Amino acid sequence: MRPTFPFFKVKEAEDRSKVFKASRRDFLKLGTLATGGFLLGVNFQCSGPKGKDLIFAPNAYLSIDADNLVTIIAHRSEMGTGIRTSLPMIIADELGADWSKVKIVQAEGDEEKYGDQNTDGSYSVRMFYEPMRRAGAIARQMLLMSASQKWKVPLDECITENSVVRHIGSDKSISFGELVDDLQKMELPRSEDIQLKAFSDYKLIGKDVPIYDGKDIATGKAIFGADVDLDNMKIAVVKRAPVVGAKVISINDSATLDIPGVEGVVKIQGAGLPAGLDKPLEGVAVIATNTWAAIKGRDALLIEWDLGENKDYDSEAQLADMVKSTSNPGKVRRKRGDLEAAIKNASRTIERTYELPFYAHATLEPPAAIAHFHDGRCEVWAPTQHPQWARGSVAAALEIEVENVTMNVTLLGGGFGRKSKPDFVVEAAILSKEVNAPVRVQWTRDDDLHHDFYHAISAQRIKAVLDESRNLTAWNHHTVFPAIGATSNPAEVHPSDGELGLGCVDFPFDVPNIQIETHESKAHTRIGWLRSVSNIHHSYAINCMMDEVAEAKRVDPINHAIEMLGEDRNLSFKEELDGDFSNYGESIEEYPWETARMKKVIQRVAKEAGWGQNLGGNRAMGFACQKSFLTYVACIVIAEKDSDGKIKVTDVHYAVDCGIAVNTDRIRSQFEGGAQFAHGLATSSKITFKDGEVQQHNFDTYQITRMPQAPKNIHVHMVESMEKPTGVGEPPVPPYAPALANAVYKLTGKRHYKLPFSI
Amino acid sequence: MENFNLNINGQNMEVSAEEDMPLLWVIRDLLSMKGTKFGCGQALCGACTVLIDGEAMRSCSLPVSAVGDQKITTIEGLSENGDHPLQQAWVSHVVPQCGYCQTGQIMNAAALLGRNPNPSDAEIESAMAGNLCRCGTYNRIKAAIKTAASNL
Repeated sequence: MRPTFPFFKVKEAEDRSKVFKASRRDFLKLGTLATGGFLLGVNFQCSGPKGKDLIFAPNAYLSIDADNLVTIIAHRSEMGTGIRTSLPMIIADELGADWSKVKIVQAEGDEEKYGDQNTDGSYSVRMFYEPMRRAGAIARQMLLMSASQKWKVPLDECITENSVVRHIGSDKSISFGELVDDLQKMELPRSEDIQLKAFSDYKLIGKDVPIYDGKDIATGKAIFGADVDLDNMKIAVVKRAPVVGAKVISINDSATLDIPGVEGVVKIQGAGLPAGLDKPLEGVAVIATNTWAAIKGRDALLIEWDLGENKDYDSEAQLADMVKSTSNPGKVRRKRGDLEAAIKNASRTIERTYELPFYAHATLEPPAAIAHFHDGRCEVWAPTQHPQWARGSVAAALEIEVENVTMNVTLLGGGFGRKSKPDFVVEAAILSKEVNAPVRVQWTRDDDLHHDFYHAISAQRIKAVLDESRNLTAWNHHTVFPAIGATSNPAEVHPSDGELGLGCVDFPFDVPNIQIETHESKAHTRIGWLRSVSNIHHSYAINCMMDEVAEAKRVDPINHAIEMLGEDRNLSFKEELDGDFSNYGESIEEYPWETARMKKVIQRVAKEAGWGQNLGGNRAMGFACQKSFLTYVACIVIAEKDSDGKIKVTDVHYAVDCGIAVNTDRIRSQFEGGAQFAHGLATSSKITFKDGEVQQHNFDTYQITRMPQAPKNIHVHMVESMEKPTGVGEPPVPPYAPALANAVYKLTGKRHYKLPFSI
Repeated sequence: MENFNLNINGQNMEVSAEEDMPLLWVIRDLLSMKGTKFGCGQALCGACTVLIDGEAMRSCSLPVSAVGDQKITTIEGLSENGDHPLQQAWVSHVVPQCGYCQTGQIMNAAALLGRNPNPSDAEIESAMAGNLCRCGTYNRIKAAIKTAASNL
C-alpha cells in the first residue's frame, strides 16, 4: 500500500451518505448481537473537494439489541485524543441514546468496511462530524417512525431520549430495544427525510464528556499493544541496524543461545536503502519464552555489520552545512513583489538563523505488536494509528492476500505519528511465520529512540526588511530540512509542497514583498511526522522573528500581529506559489484562511491573559500564533524567573477557534498536553547522530517534560463558533515554543535561535 | 531457574524464574497481570511502578530475587472494586489521555499519600518527578491527587 501523509489527504465527507441495513454476517462479525437486533451500516461516500474520484467509503456501525443495548463502532485509533469517545458520542447524541449505557467496540482495520482509518493529521472530527450525526439521525428517524406508527400519533410528536422513544403530550414511551424487530422490517428513510437536531438540542456535543475508557485505564484493565496474551506465544526482541541501511554480515549467537528461555535467533531481512516508511530495518531477532530472556539474549548477540553509506553520518555537521546553505539563493517556492527592490530601499534588515534538532516521538508505550500466522492467515493485535497500512504491509511481507490478515487495534500508549508506520507490526508477522507460533515483538526504549522515524532536523534563515518609516517591507524565509519523502525516495531533496504548507508558505502576514526559498538536504535516517510536523520549526522561526520585528518597529507584538494580518479577508496563497497549496487536504473555498478568525483568537488570548499589564521584573509574557490543521490558535506563555535565574512557566493561555467544539473537555486536554509536549521540544529534547548512530538511549539522555518543570496553569479559551469543526490534536504544539522563547527574551534579554534551550 | 513465593495483592503466588528477572516481567509475562507497564527498563519513567511494603518501586529494575517476602501491590490489587480514592479521582478529573503511564502514576501517588496524606503542590511535584507522561497530563494528575487526599 502506498504510504499516505496526513497533510496530503484530500477528502471531505459529502452529504451523499448511503445507508444500508447490515447483513446477518455483519451482525455476527460485530459479535454484540447474539440474538435479534438492529444493525445499521452507514456507507459514507466521500470525494475530494475538486471533484476527484471517490477515495474512501467508511461504514459506521450502530446496533441496537433487544435488551436496549446501543453499540457503536469506533473506527479511528485511540492514542490519547479521546476520539474513541468523541465520535461515538456524536452518533449517540443525535440518536438520543443513553450515553451511560452505550457500548463502544473498536473496529478492526478493514478498508472495505470502514474506509479510511488512518488516525493522523488532526482530521477525525473534521471529517466525521457530519457523517456521524447523519448516522445517528437515520436511526433516530426510524425509531420515531416505528413508534409513531405503533401509537398512531404524528411523527413530530415523538422524541428520543435516554434510549427510549417518548410521545409528547401523553405518557407513552417505549425503549429502543422493544422497537428493533420493527426496525428490521422497515425501509430505510430517504436521505432528504433525515433531519439533524438543532445544536441547542444536543446533550453531549459541545459539552465536557469524559472518556469511555477512564475507569479501565485507572484500574489497569485497558488493553494496550503488548497486553494481549496468546497460548504458546513467543517474545521477540530485535537487534536492529545501528545505522540506517546497515546490513548483517555475520551473527555469532552462541552466548545468546546459552541464556535460559532463549529458543532461537532469526534474521529479519531489512529494506536497506532507501529505508522506506513501511518496512522493518535489517535486524536479528531473539526468540524467547519471556521478555527478559529475549532482552538478555539480544544484548549477548555479536553481529558484524556492513554499516553502509550512512556510517559516518554526523547530524551536527549536517546542520552546520544546512545553515550555510541558507545564505545561498534557493529554490523559490513563494514569491510576492520584488524582494531585491525592497532590500535596496531598506533602512534596516534583521537576519536570523534558526536551528531545530531531530526529535523522537518517545511514546510512553514503546512499539509492540502481536502476530499469529497460521494456515496462510495472519491475525495481528497492534497499537497502530493506521490499521489498513499495517494490514497491507503485513500482507505484502507475508505474500498473502489482504483479506487473510486480521488487524485488531488495541489502545495506543501514545502515537504522535510514530505508530502510523507499520514497521514494528510487520516484524511481528514475519517472525510469527518464521517460528510458526504467535509472537510478540517488544521494542525496548533504546530501540524506540534509536529506530524512530524522526521529526526532521531543520535550518531556517529569515530576513526581515524595514524601510525608513519602520514598515516591514519584505520577508525572505529560507527553509531546509530533509523531506519525509526522502525516506522512500532519495531524489526528494527539497521539502515537499505539503510540508511547506505546514506553516511556511502559508505565512499570513500582509507584507508587500515575500520570498520563500528552500534548499537541498538529504535524509541519512528515517524521517517521519511528529505531532504538527513542519509547523514545529516553521512556527518557531516565524513567531520569534515577528517578535523581533515588532520590537524593531517599537510596537506591541500583539497589536503588530493584528495589524499585519490586515483587513478581514480570506487568504489564498496559490497564485504566489510554485507548487500546490495543500490546505491540509481541504479546498481553500471550503476551508479558507480567514484573517478575522485569527485576529479574534489573538484578541481573546490577550484579554484573558491580561496582556500588557506590568508583571514586575521577574515575570513576563510571550506571544505567538499559528493556524495549523485548519484550527486557529493564539498562545501567551507567562514565565517567571526565580532568584537563581531559573525560569518556570506559571501560566499558559491558549485561545482556540476550532469551529464547533465537539467535546470541550477533550479539546482542553489536548491543549494542556500539547503545551507539555511542546515544552519538552523547546527546552530539553534532542536527538543527535554520530557515526551514523543515535546518541540518546533512554529518558536520561532524551529528556521530555517531567512534572516539576511542567507549565503549571494551562488556560484554554475556546471561541464560540458554529463553523465546521476542525481538529485539535496537533494545533496546540506549534505556537508554544516561540511564545516561551519570546517570554524568556523579556526576562533575560537573550533570544534563542536554537532549540532546545535550557531555562 | 529458581522458585519464588511472592506475596502479590494479598495472595501467595509461586513462580519459577531466573533470579535476575525484573519483577515487572514476572508480573507481566509469568503471572499475566498486564496493568503494570513497561516504559524504559531503567527506572527512568515510572510506568512499571508497584508498591513494595507500601513504598513505590520501579519493578523494571527490581530483580525478583530481591523481593523476598515483602508485600507487593500492583494496580490490580490497589482496591477491590477499582474504587480507591485515587482511582475515583483519576476518573472524575478525566486524567488519562492515552492512559499508558497512568497505572504507574496512580501507584506512585498511592505511596505518596501513604506517607503524606496531605501533600503540598511542591511535595506532589517532587514525589511524582520520576513518573513520565508523554501526553502531558501532569496538572490533572496533581489535581486528582489533591482530590484523593481530601477523600482518604
